[in-house]
Amino acid sequence: MIRLTVNGHSHDVEVPTYRTLLDCLRYDLDLTGSKEGCGVGVCGACTVLLDGKMISSCIALAVFADGREVTTVEGLAVAPEARLCDERLHPVQQAFIDVGGFQCGICTPGQVVAAKALLDAIPRPSDAEIREWMLGNLCRCTGYYKIVESISAAARQGRA
Amino acid sequence: MNAFDYRAPRAVDEALAILQEYGDDARVIAGGTALVTMMRQRLVRPGCLVSVRDVQGLGRIEATNGSVRLGALVTHREAEVSPLLMDRLPVLSETFRRVGTIRIRHMATVGGALAHADPNQDPPVTLMALDASVEIRRAGGRRELPLTEFFRDYYEPALESGELVTAVTVPLPPARSGASFVKFLPRTADDYATVAVAVTVTLESDGERCREARIALGSVATTPLRGRAAEALLPGARLGESLVRAVGEAAKRAADPLDDHRGSAAYKREMTAVMVGRALTQAWADAQRAVRETQ
Repeated sequence: MIRLTVNGHSHDVEVPTYRTLLDCLRYDLDLTGSKEGCGVGVCGACTVLLDGKMISSCIALAVFADGREVTTVEGLAVAPEARLCDERLHPVQQAFIDVGGFQCGICTPGQVVAAKALLDAIPRPSDAEIREWMLGNLCRCTGYYKIVESISAAARQGRA
Repeated sequence: MNAFDYRAPRAVDEALAILQEYGDDARVIAGGTALVTMMRQRLVRPGCLVSVRDVQGLGRIEATNGSVRLGALVTHREAEVSPLLMDRLPVLSETFRRVGTIRIRHMATVGGALAHADPNQDPPVTLMALDASVEIRRAGGRRELPLTEFFRDYYEPALESGELVTAVTVPLPPARSGASFVKFLPRTADDYATVAVAVTVTLESDGERCREARIALGSVATTPLRGRAAEALLPGARLGESLVRAVGEAAKRAADPLDDHRGSAAYKREMTAVMVGRALTQAWADAQRAVRETQ
């Protein structure tokens, strides 16, 4: 039995030791935003934050999250209890929509979680810093320019 | 993945007792980037995972008597951004910065990268050129091993059953020293190197001739290794095109790479000479900068 906090909510979950954090999120907690792409930590589709640091949840064991906080793409928008009617998207999510930062969308949850982590660490990143931070999030549609533009737009929004 | 016992001790002694109890059936896990991937591919099927993630006291980077000591649980990212490392051993923080992606560097640990003993990794190369040594503990014992003696074969460190890597110690280079790390990446920025080279150079007081140099090579053999024959050409020598070429050629003869999708063995051997030449030139320039700064 592990106890982890996901997007602000505490969960007690019975998991086998070999459960990956990604499978725990998707199949035990029904949070299917995080995707399995490569399954070996390369593609970034499973990116989540563990105690605020972005990691690959496909090669993290669920037991690693025992007593810790996980943030997934489902936790980026304003928490449901705080909203009045519409969920307010995180500035990164809004920017991806406004700028067209995704095409097929499979990599997008990982992209926006990584971008959120970037803006938490570096609120006003240069293009070079965005590229370095995001180089582990692959987009097979190759929409990288729009992704970088989306993150720049979100950063500008954050300063406004 | 197979089913396994999972233990998460909070103290080094407790971890060592568990490792002794399980013997060869136990594997140590820290960041998990290497081991979980190998377990998912069913290359490794441990009976027990001993997680050292919560062990106290192994996560510090500290300066001690002319050296810097990195605890085994320091992550690659922490090493990369450590002000102490950037100040005292900038080549080492730069090397950690070149590993994989930030996501992986948040997970992978310094001790794990050594114990994994993959010859394609970057930090062991630079640590070897810096003459680092590994602190190893077991129940009731402790030993220190030069990194040059730590790698036995592909994925095979010189660790006995029940032993745990607890730290790596890096001596601070003497005055008039420079260092470089060169990683040849023909594919993507987060790939393993086709050839990786780290060089340290210490100059004589004239600032012109080499006093001592170390050359370490990665991705070109079953372990990272020192290019000793190439190093032997350097004491007393002055930098010049013929020296750079001779050192590169000597290092190339130490390389014994495999054909793979990062290049043929023949190509990697040729690139070893080229990259050693570049790394030597850069390290030499770095040492000359150090000489100028002390004048």
